[in-house]
Amino acid sequence: MAETRFMTINMGPQHPATHGVLRMVLELDGEIIKKSVPFIGYLHRGVEKLAEARTYHQALTLTDRLDYTNGLSNNLAYCLACEKLVGLEIPKRAQYLRVILCELQRLAAHLLWLATHALDIGAMTVLFYAFRERETILTIVENVTGARLTPSYIRIGGLAKDVPPEFETMVEAFIKEFPKRIDEYETLLTENIIWKKRTQNIAFLSAEDAINYGVTGPVLRASGVNYDVRKAYPYSSYDEFDFMIPLGSKGDVYDRYVVRLQEMRQSIRIISQGIERLPDGPVNAHALGVVPPEKEEVQHDMAALIRHFKIMEEGFKPPAGEAYGAVESPKGELGFYLVSDGSNKPFRMRIRPPSFLNLGAVPKMIEGQMIADVVAAIGSVDIVLGEIDR
Amino acid sequence: MTGETKDIQKVTGKLIRQFGEKVITIEDRGGSAIPSVVVDKAKILEVLFFLKADPDSAFDMLTDLFGVDNNKERPRFELIYFLNSFKNKMRFAVKVGLEDGESVPTASGIWKAAEWFEREIYDMFGIRFEGHPDLRRILLDEEFEGHPLRKDFPVEGPDFDKPFVVELGEEK
Repeated sequence: MAETRFMTINMGPQHPATHGVLRMVLELDGEIIKKSVPFIGYLHRGVEKLAEARTYHQALTLTDRLDYTNGLSNNLAYCLACEKLVGLEIPKRAQYLRVILCELQRLAAHLLWLATHALDIGAMTVLFYAFRERETILTIVENVTGARLTPSYIRIGGLAKDVPPEFETMVEAFIKEFPKRIDEYETLLTENIIWKKRTQNIAFLSAEDAINYGVTGPVLRASGVNYDVRKAYPYSSYDEFDFMIPLGSKGDVYDRYVVRLQEMRQSIRIISQGIERLPDGPVNAHALGVVPPEKEEVQHDMAALIRHFKIMEEGFKPPAGEAYGAVESPKGELGFYLVSDGSNKPFRMRIRPPSFLNLGAVPKMIEGQMIADVVAAIGSVDIVLGEIDR
Repeated sequence: MTGETKDIQKVTGKLIRQFGEKVITIEDRGGSAIPSVVVDKAKILEVLFFLKADPDSAFDMLTDLFGVDNNKERPRFELIYFLNSFKNKMRFAVKVGLEDGESVPTASGIWKAAEWFEREIYDMFGIRFEGHPDLRRILLDEEFEGHPLRKDFPVEGPDFDKPFVVELGEEK
């Protein structure tokens, strides 16, 4: 009788299905995974350290580059923390626009997830459909913010500028069309027998384990835990919107798929309510030393120009203290914990990255599963390495 | 908002009754800061375990765990355990002060999430955790020297503004 030997396989860091530069070392008994160890940090840029050398306004641009599928939510989380530190009250119009834009960004992020996740498992068609709709969203985002992926549009105190006049019609046309598109994806996947066989009863995560590992977002909700920052700790007027939190029951790959698709439908509800009730008014809080003046004013008024440079160069000095701002990003609870020592730069900026913790639970999910399911498990968690490695 | 403050007062009151004022110091920074207590290092695990198990607090999730380098001030380092309770809908921070070279017991027995957080703190600050199952660097390379988030670690390297010279070999 020959002895049993485990085989060690190195998956990544250059592997198309790991969504970036993730390396997994898998220990296999035949096709069954005995143990897996993720190695991360290939994309580490030291964002937390860099922020300590920048003023509050300058550090904003670093946040775009964390989860690059989701720039606007990152901006929002950072701005919420800063605004708490300074004690700013944001005008209603800016709050509503923030909600609408973040929900559009959530749709784009979920579409990217759906496309790549389905492609990983072998359903290639979905990619083309999902990217078509994602393109429409990115066009709207580009129209409003001037950039597709790194908008830096949500600023401390409000927004960079008001949205263009055609914004509402563009968004309305999109949300009128989009529910039909989700139906299309569902006809491709939801009842598809191959899709079901590849995703059902795979990579379980129980509710207790999910909480223990600190998992948040759709992965947590697929395990049946009702926790969404938008409902639990409402920010940016989310408490004025009517929407539901879709929950899964089993916590397998299929449940995560269903939860995310339902979430997209809820996002459309939020966007349409936001467009319907979008208030008029300014988009920036009135705070002289903190919020830079409007662009038009800068071009015609010398004093405004000086003020603009003063705010951008020297920044503002929030009182010493700590503040935590968190949003429900497409991946989970994204939080910024800022420590201020009273100077114009953050003394410490801690990012609470949802993907970091969600990835931490992957070894637990895939233990005892087949090697072919690792790809499905990683895809279902929807990791972005830019955020994990920071 | 007032309901939440009351719940937090209940939690801090219970903590002080259980562990005494020598161990627990309530921080009052007012405003929108997360309510927090500073805990004596020797009792940290007991306090965290109590906060998780007690039904009035029931902090079932460790949302975040990170370090702050206070530079010249004492204590030099601060660990912040940032907790969240689904049942009671509240957030709470537990802080521990540490001097350079001191270590703390690991919280990975209470929350599995602490395992990676503690590896990151070890990586970034060089703080060691006793009893941690796998204390290695997580984001940086094993051979990297220094701990970048310490305040004495420079933001820019010595050659950051030097031009990058490309030396071309002679063509044949």
